[in-house]
Amino acid sequence: MHSGHIELQHHFDDMEQQKEASTFGMWVFLVTEILFFGGLFLAYTIYRARFRGVFAEASGHLNVTLGGLNTLVLIASSLTMALAIWSAQVNKRKLIVVFLLITMALGSTFLVVKYFEYAEKFHHHLVPGPDFEQDYPGPNREQAQVFFALYFCMTGLHALHMIVGLSLLTYLLVPSWKGRYTSEWHNPLECCGLYWHFVDIVWIFLFPLLYLIGSRHHVS
Amino acid sequence: MAEHAPSRRNYFLVFAALVVGTVLTYYAATLDLGPLNDVVALAIAFTKATLVVLFFMHVYHSSRLTKLTVVAGVLWLVIMISITLSDYLTRGWLNTYGAR
Repeated sequence: MHSGHIELQHHFDDMEQQKEASTFGMWVFLVTEILFFGGLFLAYTIYRARFRGVFAEASGHLNVTLGGLNTLVLIASSLTMALAIWSAQVNKRKLIVVFLLITMALGSTFLVVKYFEYAEKFHHHLVPGPDFEQDYPGPNREQAQVFFALYFCMTGLHALHMIVGLSLLTYLLVPSWKGRYTSEWHNPLECCGLYWHFVDIVWIFLFPLLYLIGSRHHVS
Repeated sequence: MAEHAPSRRNYFLVFAALVVGTVLTYYAATLDLGPLNDVVALAIAFTKATLVVLFFMHVYHSSRLTKLTVVAGVLWLVIMISITLSDYLTRGWLNTYGAR
């Protein structure tokens, strides 16, 4: 019944097969992303098992309020992303654009908060390097430095993914406004949504593992 | 695979559950549960991730191929972590070459 649709590529039999192929392809990519971030989580686990007390102390230097706020911001952005796709499924063209814009605003909020967090770390010489080795306010500097190296690697790569996600959403805006995404076909919206939610999931794990392992010690 | 009837209500319910999970994670971390702190934090994070995957990412309504792909990804992550840790966490159990 869909076979004559304008968005159907010639190498697919029908719209359903085309959608299945794009979802499958996106998930295969996300599996490589799971293993990519998984390697970092593995490195974190190994060093944390070895330097348990120092990691708890170093984690106390992170700002739990800002980290928690950013968790809520990302969860809200996942909701609006899901609602953008829902808008396509019910053929509400303008609503897609509205929800995409809200999602982008929330994603940008996350990055701005992250900027202030990073600035604070630079200000207090908590960035791995010569200043850290001189000024870290506690024993076991080398081990604490490992925690902050992991913190910047993991949150930095996550922030990079947020920037890629924001670029993808920007790219979706014009076709959405022009009414290209409908209940019949909105594969690009669906795939970019999967990417956005994946990045949200990474943060769901980063927040407790980086910010909350030392909060009950209240070092800072 | 027919396009399922999209429901906005489920999305708001999932969102509410994710917010509750975040608040729970925060308060669980203020309690001293010993090694259980990590277990609780990871259990909440896995629950939140599962909700996002199933509903926001539509895997609940997806084909078996998509579900298999997701499970395969998680399975390989578990293999990577468990086999590597079986090395790192057991070093020193036997007094052999290389043990500290």
